[in-house]
Amino acid sequence: MRNTLTIAGRELQSYFVQPVAYVVMTVFLLLAGWFFFALLRRFELILEMYAALRNQPGMQNFNLNQAVIEPLLHNLAVVLVILVPAVTMRTFAEEKRTGTYELLLTSPVRTGEIVAGKFLAAGVFVIVMVALAGIYPLILVFFGNPEIGVMFAGYLGLAFVAVCFVAVGLFTSSLTSNQIIAAISSFGALLLLYVISWPAEAGEVQFAGLLRYLSLPEHFAQMVKGIISTQDIVYFLSLIAVALFLTQRSAESARWR
Amino acid sequence: MIEVKGLTKAYGSFVAIKDVSFTAERGQILGFLGPNGAGKTTTMRIITGFMPATAGRVLVEGLDVFSQSLEARRRIGYLPENPPVYSDMRVEDYLRFVAKLKGVSRNGLDEAVQKAARGCGLEGVMRRICGQLSKGYRQRVGLAAAIVHNPPVLILDEPTIGLDPRQIIEIRKLIRGLAKERTVVLSTHILPEVSQVCDKVVIINDGRVVLEERLDQIARGMSLEDVFLKAIAEEEAHGLVGEAELEEVEAGRSSEPTQ
Repeated sequence: MRNTLTIAGRELQSYFVQPVAYVVMTVFLLLAGWFFFALLRRFELILEMYAALRNQPGMQNFNLNQAVIEPLLHNLAVVLVILVPAVTMRTFAEEKRTGTYELLLTSPVRTGEIVAGKFLAAGVFVIVMVALAGIYPLILVFFGNPEIGVMFAGYLGLAFVAVCFVAVGLFTSSLTSNQIIAAISSFGALLLLYVISWPAEAGEVQFAGLLRYLSLPEHFAQMVKGIISTQDIVYFLSLIAVALFLTQRSAESARWR
Repeated sequence: MIEVKGLTKAYGSFVAIKDVSFTAERGQILGFLGPNGAGKTTTMRIITGFMPATAGRVLVEGLDVFSQSLEARRRIGYLPENPPVYSDMRVEDYLRFVAKLKGVSRNGLDEAVQKAARGCGLEGVMRRICGQLSKGYRQRVGLAAAIVHNPPVLILDEPTIGLDPRQIIEIRKLIRGLAKERTVVLSTHILPEVSQVCDKVVIINDGRVVLEERLDQIARGMSLEDVFLKAIAEEEAHGLVGEAELEEVEAGRSSEPTQ
């Protein structure tokens, strides 16, 4: 445990010393602000349109949660597909390239502790980032009346998505000593996770159920709608567990090559 | 105390070291000599538990580095060929990080870091960023990191490389001081270094130990250089005898080992 914290501490520190953390956070929050602004503007426009048309039922069914927060969260998840690999690509690849990996592997530390430390650091970082993006819906609470429970579930979902991405990113980084390769392959894996159910949506194909189950947005969408079900949580947790297990194996295998 | 017994390491079909055995006693500095690609780094990486051997055993302070890996690693200080320094950290933070990683207790942390830094002449650069240090200072930071947890066994892969003459003298003095109650294995290309610093020499060529001898037992009138060249020449002549061995030598030349 102490080793894990030691490694996580160093890792987090290096995010902020090499300004990766600031750049990634700035980009994420800027884009989130832009999406928020655009969605709010659209919300306002549609509301005016309904009012002009005297469309009572339309106005009643139209709300901030569905029109602003849901699409905002979905957009942010896609932004994470690109940004998380930029955070995780360094984790193992850089240590292998600079030789500091030799220090870690010859220290009295288990490989699992190394993986856990790196996961903890990157996980905390993305969770903080997602939480900071929570300022936008918070603005809505002051000026409107969105459903807070639904909003919270959605942000929890986004945090789960981010942490899953971190686990996958750690795995691809552990496979190589080249950061670009780590980033591209993790980006590819995450995007695939995102679109894996597309054949199933086009019509009945074999394994349609399986593809839908594997699809990450399928589970994320439930949480964005405000439904926190065990099934989705289990999906996220098992994805994290599988990715971390593979990372541990691959990090350990560096010894055998 | 380090006991290396019948160590063999194969990368695929390429045999990097073959049946390497030697012993280093406490209080002794063992000079590990050999031409480039002879298997020095491979041997040291196996001793430090960085990678496992294909065959053979290594005992560090009586602990098997494969089966009692964590315990053995706690007792080893290791300076790899390239000092494993995080270029974005301050020297002080780096040494503190390594000390924690090596299991130095929270209370002893400050003292351990100070002592290692003093020993390696780093007091003046504690607040500097490692990446901005000269090669010589990085080397010293690496050495300080290797001794920060006060290990009974030190493995140093070319510790004086990249240092200026004054620093070389200082580091040698430091290593000699450290060796009083420790076991030190030191690899180098510099032959005079061995005769000045070491008590014992192991010469390795093409993955095989060709000589293991105490320095004071080496024949009078014979310089270490003569011994080294003679041992390697004998080994190569010997290699030409059997065809199978010749093939192995050639395979070794065509596919360079990853160092």
